[in-house]
Amino acid sequence: MRDQLEGSQAVARAVARCRPEVVSAYPISPQTHIVEALSDMVRTGELAPCEYLLVESEFAAMSAAIGASAAGARAYTATASQGLLYMAEALYNASGLGLPIVMTLANRAIGAPINIWNDHSDSMSQRDSGWIQLYAESNQVAVDLHIQAFKLAEALSLPVMVCMDGFVLTHAVEPLEIPTQEQIDAFLPAYEPRQVLDPDDPVTIGAMVGPEAFTEVRYLAHAKQMQALDLVPELAAEFATSFGRPSGGLLRRYRTEGAKTILVALGSVLGTIEDVVDELRDEGLSIGAVGLKCFRPYPLEEVRAALARAERVVVLEKAFAVGAGGIVGQNVRLALSGLPPRVHDVVAGLGGRPITKASLRGLFLDAAADRLDRGLTFLDLDRELVERELRRAGDLDRPGPHAESILRQIGVVAAGPV
Amino acid sequence: MRPRRLAIDDVGMFEIRIHGRGGQGVVTAAELLSVAAFAEGKDALAFPTFGSERTGAPVTAFCRIAERPIRSREPIVEPDALIVQDTTLLHQVDLFGGVGPEAYVLINTGRGLDELGLDEFAASRFRPERVVTVAATELAREHLGRPLPNAALLGGFAALTGVVSVEAVANAIRGRFSAKIAEGNVAAALAAAEAVREGRTVRA
Repeated sequence: MRDQLEGSQAVARAVARCRPEVVSAYPISPQTHIVEALSDMVRTGELAPCEYLLVESEFAAMSAAIGASAAGARAYTATASQGLLYMAEALYNASGLGLPIVMTLANRAIGAPINIWNDHSDSMSQRDSGWIQLYAESNQVAVDLHIQAFKLAEALSLPVMVCMDGFVLTHAVEPLEIPTQEQIDAFLPAYEPRQVLDPDDPVTIGAMVGPEAFTEVRYLAHAKQMQALDLVPELAAEFATSFGRPSGGLLRRYRTEGAKTILVALGSVLGTIEDVVDELRDEGLSIGAVGLKCFRPYPLEEVRAALARAERVVVLEKAFAVGAGGIVGQNVRLALSGLPPRVHDVVAGLGGRPITKASLRGLFLDAAADRLDRGLTFLDLDRELVERELRRAGDLDRPGPHAESILRQIGVVAAGPV
Repeated sequence: MRPRRLAIDDVGMFEIRIHGRGGQGVVTAAELLSVAAFAEGKDALAFPTFGSERTGAPVTAFCRIAERPIRSREPIVEPDALIVQDTTLLHQVDLFGGVGPEAYVLINTGRGLDELGLDEFAASRFRPERVVTVAATELAREHLGRPLPNAALLGGFAALTGVVSVEAVANAIRGRFSAKIAEGNVAAALAAAEAVREGRTVRA
């Protein structure tokens, strides 16, 4: 039965029905509502048996999850932004040790300048941490992905990060269906750890490995993550059979049949993109979209198959590699190596900048008419403001910080108008 | 009484933008509206603009109501209805940005549009019968004992537009708050709805 729910509340309830035994977390916007709700459910006994650990930092949150997971408990945490960076060292340990922790990442920008709003800088910064990364395009998918994430993590003994756009999804209220406890129990079996710290059967987890075997252990980590390319679609199919709706998978094609222009994106912007694709298709433009749902491991062959027959591909991403360009764009180029489609990188929605249908429409029309630069495009960039700031700074020996100067120029102090 | 009409446009969507200040229940109002619409079989999406949450800071929240699944998550730039919870925002925020000539405008004030300096502006830009003021803060003080205008404005919105029923708004309020607070808010919402229906409010 569907109910009108906030995304965070729905995710918390779905996670609770996955029966985590340890939840360790440190609150940070926009993830806070999720862990608050879980903490409440542990306090009232609705989620039991489960230990909720309010730790002193994100580093501790992940460290506690590592300890719990190694001791055989199903472990969960959630974070965002600087919180993810603060736990970076522990992230690599969780994946390197092969511990099936599930974490929600409520995607948020990384400072400086400090910014609490949504983009994908946080998850993209940890794309090579050895975690599987799934991206939710809607709150229903976020709910469904968490259920699949526990099963995927435990089948491979690898940690899974479920990325959902902060605020845009976490704070949105909409009709959502949370599967029942019985449905989830039937889909997700009890956790059987592949390795466990047990005083009755002692083992060491986390041995030091020197040059003689480090490469081999890392190779196995790669090989194991690549297995998810088979398992993710299998779980999505099983989920569709069990729950009666499609959710998950490696990628999703939207009206790509015969499309000359194909857009690639991740996360909640896909809904807005699909609306614009429908409008442009109605006007006769040959355009479609591909939503990447699993970014790590990277489904190279599936991306190639989905895009190979396009004339051009526009990769719209909410993060970029400073000094290099698009991140997803580089991965798409890898998939299309030697094939005809031109690939354009477009950065959009940084730090909570709204991505409007009007802007997307203009972008897609420009792309279809080959008016887009070969280089990196910043959607809705106020070029005049940038140039004014560069002129101001250029004349001064000590121009001071750009951020404060730009805020003064547009008449904004901190996050609100003067 | 105003004839009930389903004010959902030809693409099957009605979009509401609510302006107020932190602490006035702006975000809650958008959420309650979405709950009311959902209960009446619509798809509904409520979401706020987000800032560093501070009491008194300008806050905007959105609600999209549709006869079909809602996919777009862009902020509402061309609302079909505007609810202004706090008239001190008039000179601080571009409240009427993107608001078209057919839009409904509901303003929380015990004063007339002329006293706000809005009478000529409203008459020239909107359909006069769609611009309505309601003394929501006073109604909330009377029925709830606190100056929280959001529930009363939702009652007025339901009566003005017919996009949701006043009953659905009342049920959404009851589902959200404890009995005593809920009943005060419901009473304020019903009183505002009645005032709007009977035309006891000041029109442009």
